[in-house]
Amino acid sequence: MSRKHVTCTINGDPAEFLCEEDQSLLDALRDVVGLMGVKEGCATGDCGACSVILDGRLNCSCLVLAPEAEGATIVTVEGMAGPDGLHPLQETFLEGAALQCGICTPGFLVAGKALLDRNPDPTEEEVRYAVAGNLCRCTGYDKIVRSILDAAARMGEAAPAS
Amino acid sequence: MRYVAPTSIEETVSVLAGDVRAQVYAGATDFIPQLRMGRPEPGVAVDLKRIDRLTDLRREGDTWVIGAATPSARLSEEEDLVAELPGLVEAAHLIGSDQIQSRASLGGNLCNASPAADSVPAMVVNDGRAVIAGPAGMRTIPVASVVTGPGSTSLATDEFLVELVFDRPPPRTADAYLRFIPRTEMDIAVVGAGARLTLDEAGRCQEVSVALGAVAPTVVMVPAAADILVGNPLTDEALKRVAAEASAVCNPIDDKRGTKAYRRQVAGVLAVRALRLAADRAARTG
Repeated sequence: MSRKHVTCTINGDPAEFLCEEDQSLLDALRDVVGLMGVKEGCATGDCGACSVILDGRLNCSCLVLAPEAEGATIVTVEGMAGPDGLHPLQETFLEGAALQCGICTPGFLVAGKALLDRNPDPTEEEVRYAVAGNLCRCTGYDKIVRSILDAAARMGEAAPAS
Repeated sequence: MRYVAPTSIEETVSVLAGDVRAQVYAGATDFIPQLRMGRPEPGVAVDLKRIDRLTDLRREGDTWVIGAATPSARLSEEEDLVAELPGLVEAAHLIGSDQIQSRASLGGNLCNASPAADSVPAMVVNDGRAVIAGPAGMRTIPVASVVTGPGSTSLATDEFLVELVFDRPPPRTADAYLRFIPRTEMDIAVVGAGARLTLDEAGRCQEVSVALGAVAPTVVMVPAAADILVGNPLTDEALKRVAAEASAVCNPIDDKRGTKAYRRQVAGVLAVRALRLAADRAARTG
């Protein structure tokens, strides 16, 4: 089977990779590009561990065929921390102990970022709906939800609404 | 499996004509899980999302035209569509998480042909039309005649769905869709009920349409709802009769989500609630 050459933008940088035509974007990001922060949980779109932001929308990368990424802009958990340090979501997850085993954490962080990108001041209910596609078997979700709300508050203080 | 992403309808028609093992897909939220569960891979996976018309969403004269591969998230973001066809948008919005909403489409939900597909009852009560492309050109059929059974459609193997068309509602008309699942989110319908009605100026029903999902191999209509309600207001007495008729037309299965008897009862309850919600909305549109 021939391989597909894909040119895209990953975490702000131009990227290209070769993938099998039936490979998922999840597998290509992990096994070809080497971004191990993208986790495989279920591989059927139920658990959200493989969440990435694809052309501005939150997606399960397991439900995307890798060749579909041609020309796309992709953000993974590796793209969240900036030059000055961790993303506020990463800080509040650490401070709030919003993780135990950690395999779901990159997906929750990316889903949290997708939420705060479009809704900087969400209610608790909005947060709970926004992470409804992410499964965690350790925390019971409460610390995750609180950490996302804390990050929103912290980001709001850093950039007060005019 | 090869991957192709045609950029025009003509190109897609020729890909399908050239390989009987080609299969179109839209958001892949059913397609990829089916492959992972062991369904044989098609020879060619034909990604429809690079065709502008298939990811479009536009008001065209007195209709809304929604591309077959337009993601559900786009529907919820289109304020005028939410205002005019709230039940249709609700039905699409109930499908899966935010991740799924970024990809799942009305066209995929229809052509995957699950008996429990949430958007289909809502499309049917709105008299949706399906525009289908194939070697002979385009044809338009009612959404209600696309699904022929669980997992099967009336489309030929060399045809594919291009877009869905809905009339913009006339005055005092509204739709609603309600789904019952045993929890708040992320589950498959035990019963789904779509309703649409038009009220006259006195608040009596002029037109009524009710369709139920997940209670039979394909969506079932409740024609008795119109017989009972047209010319009358939504009284408790009339709605009780509608509920009984809705329960009676069901042909459900027993499974882990519910028994036959439970589905029948819930179908009646949901049909009435959807009618009441549609009526409240219709009254507000003046």
